[in-house]
Amino acid sequence: MSGASAVPATAAPAAASAPPTADRWYPLRRLAEALLAPLLALVAAAALFSVFLLFLGQSPLEFVELVWRGAFGSWFSIQNTVQRAAPLLLTALCVALPGQLGLVIIGGEAAVVLGGLMATVAALPLVNTGPWVVVPVMAIAGAAMGAFWIGISGWLRAKLNVNETIASLVLAYIGLALFNHFVEGVLRDPASLNKPSTYGIGEQNMLDLVPWLEIHPGLPVGILACVAAWILIYRTSLGFASRVTGGNLRAAMLQGLPVTRLILLACALGGACAGLAGAIQVAAEFGRANASLNAGYGYTGILIAFLARFNPLAILPMALLLGGLDAAGGLLQRRMDLPDATILVLQGMIFVMILASDTLYGRIRWFQPRGGA
Amino acid sequence: MPSDPRSFPMMSRRALVQGGAALAATAGLGGTAQAAKDTVIGFIYVGPKDDYGYNQAHAEAAAMMKKMPGLKIVEEERVPETDAVSKTMESMIKLDGATLLFPTSFGYFDPYMLKMAAKYNDIQFRHCGGLWQKDKNPMNTGSYFGYIGMGQYLNGIAAGHTTKSKKIAFVAAKPIPQVLINVNSFALGAKSVDPSIVTSVIFTGEWSMPVKEAEATNSLIDQGNDVITCHVDGPKVIMETAERRGIHACGYHVNQAKLAPKAYLTGAEWNWITVYKSFVTDMKEGKPIPNFTRGGLAEGFVKMSPYGPGLSEAGRKNVDAVKAEMMKGGYAVFKGPLKDNKGNVVVPAGKALAETAIELESTNYLIEGVNGSIG
Repeated sequence: MSGASAVPATAAPAAASAPPTADRWYPLRRLAEALLAPLLALVAAAALFSVFLLFLGQSPLEFVELVWRGAFGSWFSIQNTVQRAAPLLLTALCVALPGQLGLVIIGGEAAVVLGGLMATVAALPLVNTGPWVVVPVMAIAGAAMGAFWIGISGWLRAKLNVNETIASLVLAYIGLALFNHFVEGVLRDPASLNKPSTYGIGEQNMLDLVPWLEIHPGLPVGILACVAAWILIYRTSLGFASRVTGGNLRAAMLQGLPVTRLILLACALGGACAGLAGAIQVAAEFGRANASLNAGYGYTGILIAFLARFNPLAILPMALLLGGLDAAGGLLQRRMDLPDATILVLQGMIFVMILASDTLYGRIRWFQPRGGA
Repeated sequence: MPSDPRSFPMMSRRALVQGGAALAATAGLGGTAQAAKDTVIGFIYVGPKDDYGYNQAHAEAAAMMKKMPGLKIVEEERVPETDAVSKTMESMIKLDGATLLFPTSFGYFDPYMLKMAAKYNDIQFRHCGGLWQKDKNPMNTGSYFGYIGMGQYLNGIAAGHTTKSKKIAFVAAKPIPQVLINVNSFALGAKSVDPSIVTSVIFTGEWSMPVKEAEATNSLIDQGNDVITCHVDGPKVIMETAERRGIHACGYHVNQAKLAPKAYLTGAEWNWITVYKSFVTDMKEGKPIPNFTRGGLAEGFVKMSPYGPGLSEAGRKNVDAVKAEMMKGGYAVFKGPLKDNKGNVVVPAGKALAETAIELESTNYLIEGVNGSIG
């Protein structure tokens, strides 16, 4: 269903195209098509949302101005946006990587909280060894835990043919329950009376803001991960095999592609990204594992991955867009007296429009390959 | 606001024009233009302002303050307990010119509010929850909280007079001291009416998870409990379920009588306006705002909802009488000998813990007569 259709439709024509010299401009037009469709969708969502605002008796112009100011208008606003977008880059990859195989994984939230918890647990015996030991250990532990947790869904899919969407969702509930059980039970710092938390990893071991820019340290990690994921998907045979599998599972199996291994790998890599996001949140923001980790990063990541049509490079602008809307949300509440849910309405409209814009691909002849006959 | 629907397009166009003008104006001014020297106060809530619960209790007080002269109130709802709240505080300081901030959720305090307080040491921060310590935390921060356990004790008396099955119920969020004090107080209130009454408690594990709260309520009612109360952030679904299932309910956080007109007996409510008003008065008189404030029924930090139709005359008299005792101050709900529900003595004979007792703040037990476990 949506998973399969969201896999870039560009893959098929590229493979099937006629002599490559016949249509030299086709790749550029294809790029234009890929940029134009979401842009149109955003414009349509904005128009729809303006109507909504007018019915509330509010000015769309003021809304746009406030979103700009709250999200991108000053260095403070940009820091605010980036801080919210940083974990989303990684949690979106948790959806986009398995998405290449046509899998829809929606349980990234559990990978985030369990990754953060495991990172904290791994750091606790090492608090006196200094950040150069603690931070890498946390990153590895968080990523490994996330990989394991999402890997379960992949394994169930590959071996037992259990629907991965349902499995990952149910596992997300189990993961959260386990997280609460440990944080409120054996791992709880008895001094954290009314907000159960684990012991802290120590102020000296925490990640600082990126020097000079003073932005969230998760941003460079997220950008690197997105670029690496893009290379993996579009520039390696492994990625090609994954996209083939996503396009047609039976054909891939006939070709002798290692489908089971691909599914496990994609799920584990995606889970590792989400687990890493949890580890970074602990190392950069919380300093300990507690319910703050369960802030919905995993769920917003799903939205972003779909908006980006599972393309890791497209995740970057989409995460900034949603992070920016989130950052501006406060200013909108304070200045226009709009409820927080207004931003959710806008997000919903964008989501529906982007999904609808999927049908545009291949419809406009100008963008299609020419030549041949 | 015009109420005639036909005037909608007109109004919208006007709003558009105004918006355009505002855009032009703010583009030039940088947008912080405010009416001359109003004191700007920021409120930050973890959930929606209209949750019929914890956040609404603060938002109702904020709404009252909006009507007071010389104040400008800015609010933000649904701010998670992450660095997002640091940015919200910073944004209120930088963009709105706030000089007094009330981050009202427990998890905002450490590290977020403390970090912001160190960065902006001329801004006053007061946190709801009671964590401030003189030797550890800066003087531009502080905390305030109310002893609402007394209100749950009174709820328990009302429940004790109402229950026919002698089984009453409590839907709780997390087994932390603040919640456990409320569960124990409710149970003790009911036992003061009839010692055979059993209180069953279910912990949902989350501060706000309406689905689980509804499930817990339904299963507690199925087990024969006929009065219910709770400690979750938004009691809405619990009150509505009680009303629909035809049992009685005691409120928590704010007055929920509207949600359950037949079921509602009474409720333990916050009365935060008392605190906020006194802070603002201090500020206007140039006095320092206190760093550590606490109070209960007697101090007006907590109040009880008006009685609903389900509470008998005898019940009302009993609640009134105990409340009058509490208003004198020093009333002790926890009196020894008191055992927990595993048989251990938690308050020895001859000892009485008033609401201010420091021992209560590390409560980690459910008292005898409570059916449930915190393990």
